[in-house]
Amino acid sequence: MSLPSSDAAIPPLPRAKAPRGRRSMFLRRPFFTVALIVAAAYVLAATFAPHVAPFDPVKQDFMAMMQGPSLVHPLGTDSYGQDILSRVIYGARYALIIGIFSVLIGAAGGLVIGLAAGLSGGWLEWALMRLIDSILALPSLILAVAFIAILGQGVDKVVVAVGLSMIGPFARTVRADVMQVRVQLFIEAAQLMSIPYLRVVWRHVLPNVIFPLAVQVTIRVSEAILVSSSLSFLGIGVTPPTPDWGLMIAEGRDFVSFAPWMSAMPGFALALLLIALSIVGDGIREEFDPKLRRGA
Amino acid sequence: MLRQALGKIAQTLVVLFFVSVASFGLLKLAPGDPIQIMLGSEYSQESYEQLTAQLGLDQPFLAQYADWALRFVQGDWGTSYVARTDIYTYAFKEALPVTLTLASFSLAFAILIGVPLGVISAVKKDTAFDAGSAVLALTGTAFPSFLLGILLIWFFAVKLQLFPVMGYISPWQDFWGGIYHMILPGLTLSTYFIAMITRLTRATLIEVMEQPYIAAARARGEPSWRVIWVHGVRNIAMPLVTILGLQLGTLLQGTVLTETVFNLPGIGQMLTSAVLGREYMVVQAGVMMTATLFIGVNLLVDLSYPFLDPRLRARK
Repeated sequence: MSLPSSDAAIPPLPRAKAPRGRRSMFLRRPFFTVALIVAAAYVLAATFAPHVAPFDPVKQDFMAMMQGPSLVHPLGTDSYGQDILSRVIYGARYALIIGIFSVLIGAAGGLVIGLAAGLSGGWLEWALMRLIDSILALPSLILAVAFIAILGQGVDKVVVAVGLSMIGPFARTVRADVMQVRVQLFIEAAQLMSIPYLRVVWRHVLPNVIFPLAVQVTIRVSEAILVSSSLSFLGIGVTPPTPDWGLMIAEGRDFVSFAPWMSAMPGFALALLLIALSIVGDGIREEFDPKLRRGA
Repeated sequence: MLRQALGKIAQTLVVLFFVSVASFGLLKLAPGDPIQIMLGSEYSQESYEQLTAQLGLDQPFLAQYADWALRFVQGDWGTSYVARTDIYTYAFKEALPVTLTLASFSLAFAILIGVPLGVISAVKKDTAFDAGSAVLALTGTAFPSFLLGILLIWFFAVKLQLFPVMGYISPWQDFWGGIYHMILPGLTLSTYFIAMITRLTRATLIEVMEQPYIAAARARGEPSWRVIWVHGVRNIAMPLVTILGLQLGTLLQGTVLTETVFNLPGIGQMLTSAVLGREYMVVQAGVMMTATLFIGVNLLVDLSYPFLDPRLRARK
């Protein structure tokens, strides 16, 4: 991280590595590549859901209730006769949208609190640290449940609740990065040149914090998806008939003895995405996280 | 050392204070005017103000907080209208023991399975066993627990009819019945932790086995099992306890989901029904209990280091 010119410190890093480094990364990490392809397939399915899905995800067909997997309905139908494959495909939309937007909210909140805690000193820093500690004292799901209690249910509410519940870990990592950057020589040099403080923060501290934060964001998308589908599974997140995986798993729970595919199909869709994302996240972290890279 | 411990305790109290202010604020942020709800649709301005004063809602925020905190510490947590009981009895005496039973059962499961798996993986590094347990560990950490629970119910309870589908029997009243009902939920919840402990034990033990005191033990001619299980495993206690303390939150949020899958009347079910019934005081109680548990356990973890690692004691 101790590059001579901080203005150019972060952006060129991936670019400079790109021509040789990136291609070899896919070859060096076959699991990563496979997982990335799986995750990309989910994104494609979500984007083109209306073209890919064979049925309308919320169209009920009472003549075709709780059918097992067949040629017409490859993943079967649920207790309202809705096609599970179509619902799983549309569910990818909700999972990815909720996951990405809530992580961005969490990252933005974490950036603000983390910067404030890292740059301030004395009692203010101490108080902010205890604030972060107290956010971290509650597991993200329970924090999200508390926010849902205030906000109510729905897709937008879930995004906000999950986002707010993720601020703690982001704030902690941002603060740790700020602490490392602010003792660097180029910060001292900038201050000696009597560049205004906020400008130093904007031009010299922020770029060095944003990149590790971006790595964190990609890693934590899967956590956000898991928490949001957990909320739906508990019956307090997204409301029916939205094709949300957590909701579908919960609906199928009551029929598990004679229609196990109702829970299993959306469940496997969720599990596969989470496993793929966590392999992708591990790969990205090992390649790009400055702390791990230095150790390697 | 005492000074350090006192500092830690002070820090903990401040965090607890912040959490309690936040969960008190939860009530204030909740939609709806409590006075209006109590009085119904028709009331006079006079009776409105009278009730406001009577409940102390005209006081400044901090005074209201102090009043609430004092009552909370004394076990006066309000009344739940949906469950028709005193919240303290409902949350603390009925729901919390269920959650704690499930959590401690899963934790015991996770340590008993995860540590040996990790030790064997570390000793047999780069073999098929190691690769297999690495794949299992990765799947285990990423697999959603509620799906796993449903699959376990389908396979063990519906197909094989080995275990009850759901329900809870307190192991304090009927020990074997309680254990029997806890096996599937415990397995569901502990999978993530088995995976995590396996990964951690493997990574830490590989490092420990390269230390000079391990070479010294081998040079003294101690049998291999003693070197690994006594000299090696002892030294993974500290990182293990640290991680378990920090992961307690994950354990508690896992119980919330597992309880819903298996219909266990714990904090998870309490919170879910409270959110659906808009009972903010019950949510508040759940939040306070979870946070206090997490903060308390992590304080204990911090304070336990000198007991786990004699080197920390000697340095002082």
